[in-house]
Amino acid sequence: MMQPVRHTPGPLHLAAVVLMRELRLALRRWDQVLQPLIFFVVVVTLFPLATNPELSALRHIAPGVLWVAAMLASLLAADALFRPDVEDGTMEQWVLSGQPLPWLLFSKSLAHWLLTGLPLVLVTPVVAVSLGVEQGFGTIMMVLALGTGVLTLLGAVGAALTVGLRRGNMLMALLVLPLEMPVLIFGAQAVESAMRNEPALGIISLLASVLLLAMILTPFAMAASMRISIE
Amino acid sequence: MNWIWFHKLASPPSAYVFATRLRPWLFWVSVVMMLWAAYQGLFVVPLDYQQKDAFRIIYVHVPVASLSLLVYSMMAIAAAIGLIWRMKLAHAVAAACAMPGAILTTLALATGSIWGKPMWGAWWAWDARLTSELILLFLYLGYMALRASFDDIGRADRASAILAIVGIVNVPIVKYSVVWWNSLHQGQTLSLFGKSEIDPSMATPLVVMIFAFLLFFGAVLCDGLRAEILRRERNASWLSELKV
Repeated sequence: MMQPVRHTPGPLHLAAVVLMRELRLALRRWDQVLQPLIFFVVVVTLFPLATNPELSALRHIAPGVLWVAAMLASLLAADALFRPDVEDGTMEQWVLSGQPLPWLLFSKSLAHWLLTGLPLVLVTPVVAVSLGVEQGFGTIMMVLALGTGVLTLLGAVGAALTVGLRRGNMLMALLVLPLEMPVLIFGAQAVESAMRNEPALGIISLLASVLLLAMILTPFAMAASMRISIE
Repeated sequence: MNWIWFHKLASPPSAYVFATRLRPWLFWVSVVMMLWAAYQGLFVVPLDYQQKDAFRIIYVHVPVASLSLLVYSMMAIAAAIGLIWRMKLAHAVAAACAMPGAILTTLALATGSIWGKPMWGAWWAWDARLTSELILLFLYLGYMALRASFDDIGRADRASAILAIVGIVNVPIVKYSVVWWNSLHQGQTLSLFGKSEIDPSMATPLVVMIFAFLLFFGAVLCDGLRAEILRRERNASWLSELKV
């Protein structure tokens, strides 16, 4: 007797499918993937031009410059997170697929972080040297990795909320930036203590717990917003 | 317990009538309380040993600041009720909370600034309490901007509800910022249930003033809710038969 086999993919399988799809798509339009990274470097470049270019002076503002640039880059990237999929109908299929939407959107955000957050973290040491940072690169990268994770998740909520609007770009900045300010505060503090070679474990733990909390809660907010946006 | 009265109240016509009848009571009681507390606070209460007359701004600053948090919580709870139980009136309440809440937050920042100049020597400090209150203002503004950008009122309700709920993480941060961080802003001096650090002669007018502002906000909310209901039900037949 032949039984029709019904495939119910497990959550990890599902996440892998989403991840592979996102990475494959990103490979095909890699120039777009590079844009947030270039934006990050360009924004950092603006500060020495606008203020005192002495390294000793730049060192004072380096943590803030790095974080503000990272926030703006992640905000710019987040707008393109769901828009193509919503416009070509893929997102509708995801919502109707019967698979847990929060999990799908979380996997998509993870892929998004791998494509925009991680490159930013990797390029940070180079950018930091140009701002006069001399030590603590490992800690700075760690802090930025945790922080950009939170930024990506919050940006994804904002993107899901505004994806149904024709011109949601400016609005999204208005919604997401206030929520991201705590990350900016803690992140810049952590970078500052890393630069002075002081222990930053306390702030890193705090950022890590914020990231965990965001990983648990934001997918549900994303899914609820997405259902409203595409109806 | 019979819940029929509650379900009745949740229908737009009865809510409209209820808000219309309740409004004058809230308004006039709050005016009387406010006048009494203002007189007490400005003329009767003795000088503060350190801040002299300048401390009297507490009778405006503390009520608006605590209400700014309370109103945000109310807005988020109403939005959550509207989202979960699909109750349209709850969305209308949330929408009506936003503008008064933003005004209260602005007033809290402004009065704090006026108080800060003589006491701290600066209009503004990047201090945890002040910054988180400023973020609260941004959240109110973002909520209103998001609401305004949808044409369909149902989608505006649900999308802004999610934002209001996400933003509630800021409320405990504002409340406990003076405890968690070394703040220039003074700590909590008034406590409704525990022992207050403020002298009873100064505290009584303050408590009365807080409740006066609360009732006044209630009156404003009644008006805002009526406007929201009118906007949402403008084509409904009950409106033409309404006699209030």
